[in-house]
Amino acid sequence: MADKNTQSRAANLLAWVDERFPLTANVKAHLTEYYAPKNFNFWYFFGSLALLVLVIQILTGIFLTMNYKPEASMAFASVEYIMRDVSWGRLIRYMHSTGASMFFVVVYLHMFRGLIYGSYRAPRELIWLFGVGIFLVLMGEAFFGYLLPWGQMSYWGAQVIINLFTSIPFIGPDISLWVRGDYTVSDATLNRFFAFHVIALPLVLLGLVVAHLIALHEVGSNNPDGVEIKKHKDPKTKIPLDGIPFHPYYTVKDLVGVAVFLMVFSAIIFFAPEMGGYFLEANNFIPADPLKTPPHIAPVWYFTPYYSILRAVPPILNSQFPGVAAMGLSVVSFAFLPWLDRSPVKSIRYRGSLYKKWLAAFVVSFLILGYLGTEPSNVWGQFSPETFFVGGADRATVVARIFSVVYFSFFALMPWYTKKDQTKPVPERVTA
Amino acid sequence: MANQEVDQSKRRFLIAATSVAGGVAAAAVAVPFVTSMMPSERAKAAGAPVEVDISKIEPGSMITVEWRGKPVWIVNRTQPMLDALKNHDDKLSDPKLEVTSQQPEYCANEARAIKPNLMVLVGICTHLGCSPSPKLQTGADMGDDWPGGFFCPCHGSKFDLAGRVFKGSPAPVNLVVPPHKYLSDSVLLVGADDKGAA
Repeated sequence: MADKNTQSRAANLLAWVDERFPLTANVKAHLTEYYAPKNFNFWYFFGSLALLVLVIQILTGIFLTMNYKPEASMAFASVEYIMRDVSWGRLIRYMHSTGASMFFVVVYLHMFRGLIYGSYRAPRELIWLFGVGIFLVLMGEAFFGYLLPWGQMSYWGAQVIINLFTSIPFIGPDISLWVRGDYTVSDATLNRFFAFHVIALPLVLLGLVVAHLIALHEVGSNNPDGVEIKKHKDPKTKIPLDGIPFHPYYTVKDLVGVAVFLMVFSAIIFFAPEMGGYFLEANNFIPADPLKTPPHIAPVWYFTPYYSILRAVPPILNSQFPGVAAMGLSVVSFAFLPWLDRSPVKSIRYRGSLYKKWLAAFVVSFLILGYLGTEPSNVWGQFSPETFFVGGADRATVVARIFSVVYFSFFALMPWYTKKDQTKPVPERVTA
Repeated sequence: MANQEVDQSKRRFLIAATSVAGGVAAAAVAVPFVTSMMPSERAKAAGAPVEVDISKIEPGSMITVEWRGKPVWIVNRTQPMLDALKNHDDKLSDPKLEVTSQQPEYCANEARAIKPNLMVLVGICTHLGCSPSPKLQTGADMGDDWPGGFFCPCHGSKFDLAGRVFKGSPAPVNLVVPPHKYLSDSVLLVGADDKGAA
């Protein structure tokens, strides 16, 4: 009797809510009656994991702001205070700093999934563009956030990146001045970067994530076969024959992903929070000194492929602008993919060998450029002065130039090689 | 009231006029916000000149002082160092100081200095703003043909002992010589000269 009463009371409450807010309708539209293809594989974990890391970053960020001081003379000490004196502060800070790197790990894997299965193709161009927007904002978040500990790498990294704007013809110097709010990176810069990092960009980020998901749920998810499951619906129920409800099927699958991810995440936080200098650079444990640049400065790993491209482009007409433009283009290039790809098929499963070779060349370029960006440009020494054409040049710079060309060719030549490629026939329904 | 016809052209005009007025207001309101991000009055005032005691700089060594948040180097060059400045003009991007914005007129000479031995430089690389490391001695870890100067660790720009950039460096122009003057034999004022403050 009691059970029945509670049940009907809960039902009444739900009905009361539903009359005022479409709760049940939304749960159905986005979870229990959102039909996702039944053939999702490993690569489909990373969207939900990115959402998880976003929540981790917001939560840990809120608790860090309770003790952090965005003021040049106190910032470094306040981070050390969090690390040494605040109860569990060390854990919360490492969760945030590891979260930043893991955000890029899952986002890069998520983007790679989009590349191999053609998830950016029609009708999902807007999902992809919102995604590129999320990626750009994320890079902004990482850059602004990295200044806040006010260490040597924070300071000189920001100095270099803001000075990149100076090379923009005509308006460049004024833009750098405007971004810094002072003639050098100073307290004014730190204070505004704090504002961008904790409120301005997170708001934009959340808006873009919502837009990304609304667009996704409008057109439906792509899948490893790159076929549209909405083409074959049950004539009676109008449910895609190859679709299964997101909840419970994929919520449970994603929970497995979350469990595995959290094991890796915790292991890093507990045993290698600095990740050998890749997640937190050694020089950033020295307070910012405006009078002395550390002997080797490099961005954090997730920026290094683009940084390598910046360094690889030589100054033209005494201007660094071509390098800066190339670096900007290397990031923005992703946005053009939906219109560069002319292949009749979406998924790599049905593409020919030409596309696979180009994709492999791109991934190799990305990794090599990424590695070179973490090292000084003389890491591999110089060619002997007698070498044809490249005599005396840094070996690493020449290699970076070659792979920068490959990187851009992947995009620039895509209309050609995707059209020419020998594709395989695509099945009507999803395969496995 | 009898006339139910909608005057479309009047409606379009009103929509356009309202949009323009609203747009102008929004742009005008943006001005104070954008301007608030420029250097504040306090930041502008903080650029006051600094006085430096130069009596204790040994020949062949240098000191670093802070002016406007930037490092300023004062190098006491020896006679051999000064003599060597003439020997590598062909390796420099701008040996004749043709980019005149990089030094005041009174330093547009061979030594780029008022007193030939005392070199005053803003220690900020003209590439992307790192602070180069002094490598004042010839040779050593910079290779046998190194004439002494400065090396930027960020992107490998090289400068000689007069702050002139070597060819092949990412830095496009010579290091900046700030406005300065000597108040006495032992006191240097960085940031102002006889024409006033910079």
